Amino acid sequence: MDVHAPAAVPVRGPAEMPVVLTVNGREHVLELEPRVSLLDALREHLRLTGSKKGCDQGTCGACTVWVDGRRVLACLTLAVTCEGREVTTIEGLAPDGQLHPMQQAFIDRDAFQCGYCTAGQIMSAVKLLEEGHAGDDAEIAEFMSGNICRCAAYPNIRAAIRDVRDASGEG
Amino acid sequence: MRPLRYARVTDVEGAVATVAADPDSAFLAGGTTEVDLIRLGVARPSTLVDINALPLADVDDLGAGLRIGALARMSDVARDPRVVARYPAVAEALLLGASEQLRTMASIGGNLCQRTRCPYFRDDVSPCNKREPGSGCAALDGISRGHAILGTSEHCIATHPSDLAVPLVAFDAIVHTVGPAGTRMIPIDDFYLAPGTTPEVEHPLAHGELIVAVELPPLPLAQGSLYLKYRDRQSYEFALVSVAAAVAVEDGVVSAARLALGGVGTVPWRARLAEQHLLGAPATPERFAAAAAAELAAATPRPDNAFKVALARRAIVRGLTRAVEGGRS
Repeated sequence: MDVHAPAAVPVRGPAEMPVVLTVNGREHVLELEPRVSLLDALREHLRLTGSKKGCDQGTCGACTVWVDGRRVLACLTLAVTCEGREVTTIEGLAPDGQLHPMQQAFIDRDAFQCGYCTAGQIMSAVKLLEEGHAGDDAEIAEFMSGNICRCAAYPNIRAAIRDVRDASGEG
Repeated sequence: MRPLRYARVTDVEGAVATVAADPDSAFLAGGTTEVDLIRLGVARPSTLVDINALPLADVDDLGAGLRIGALARMSDVARDPRVVARYPAVAEALLLGASEQLRTMASIGGNLCQRTRCPYFRDDVSPCNKREPGSGCAALDGISRGHAILGTSEHCIATHPSDLAVPLVAFDAIVHTVGPAGTRMIPIDDFYLAPGTTPEVEHPLAHGELIVAVELPPLPLAQGSLYLKYRDRQSYEFALVSVAAAVAVEDGVVSAARLALGGVGTVPWRARLAEQHLLGAPATPERFAAAAAAELAAATPRPDNAFKVALARRAIVRGLTRAVEGGRS
């Protein structure tokens, strides 16, 4: 290697190593290999099982969480890359014992059947309204297309999103 | 998933030096392709060098042109008012690709380097010259509905999947890199390599060479540009055929045209033959169809994807027609 190269960058792994994750406002030190996805860290290590593993290849959206306030797919995110960032899951969406308006709207509108995709749908839907792409049903469908519902509860999901949009003035 | 080592870098020089020093390492940006392919066993780096902390996420105004940082995210670039105003086809292509979650993660540099969706490449089992050079091509006699009809070879017919790259080739974008040998500016025409006899070589980047920005040169014509995408479902799917088009018309005659195709080429396909046919021609659907036919004369369809020839011809005519209507003519 060139002697003028910058100081060597520390390389970690492949064995387990301490990884500091901030999830729902709480800091956790986990022993993780670098290959562990954020989804597996949440579900298997932190026992936050609200985020679901559907496809594990970025197709279905069931694992949608927020990193630094933006919706991402936890299955394609390596946990170690989230050090120093804020992770929010469905468990952190509202204070304990309360429901976020989007959660309440999903209940009111019966916006799910089996429920497997629901956490991802809700985490995506809240951001959809912040992003301002819920003007009509076509726009909602387009910007929610990364969240698949095998039960095809889409009409009710859109209705729930419309309710929150109309109540909040977002979207 | 195979074990991985991990390093996080904070400056471009450190990123380049770290990857250049280890032939089994790779840059990690948004990870939407990289992590997926590692999990499938198709990509096999032993070390990932996380470049997300590098200061490469801005879109800089160059006066008339734009310099898009390689770590700018698809979702942000799609909404940048300067991109929307000056290169609407770029914004449209970005928003018609992937899903919002993936667009939030995926970087511009990574988008340029994304790998084909050919199922034989991705299954890690079938013969695939792109994945295992010399092993053959299962797509040639396999299911080839999504495969390329332009730029193919007997070694590979995999389609390049990027939407973004289609308007970028139409607008002569320039890829800026920093590598072990210094900095380079690569015209995007030279960035994408047709498969030929070496389908495993997709671009001219050296190991450790990092894309730091994509430059969109000044092109007033692009203000009236558009991107059309046709696919098996309405959203969240790769293109069967897509078109980036920009046309200027004076006195009913085409005075300037840019045209590129996605979903049909082994590389994002600049339709230069069609552009030549358009220049000086009446801006009519008949002449647009003739230009499309000229471009598609070299097509090498297979039974499964022969429909792409007609679909591409129609998409070109529609794209040019709408570009004339919406563009500054």
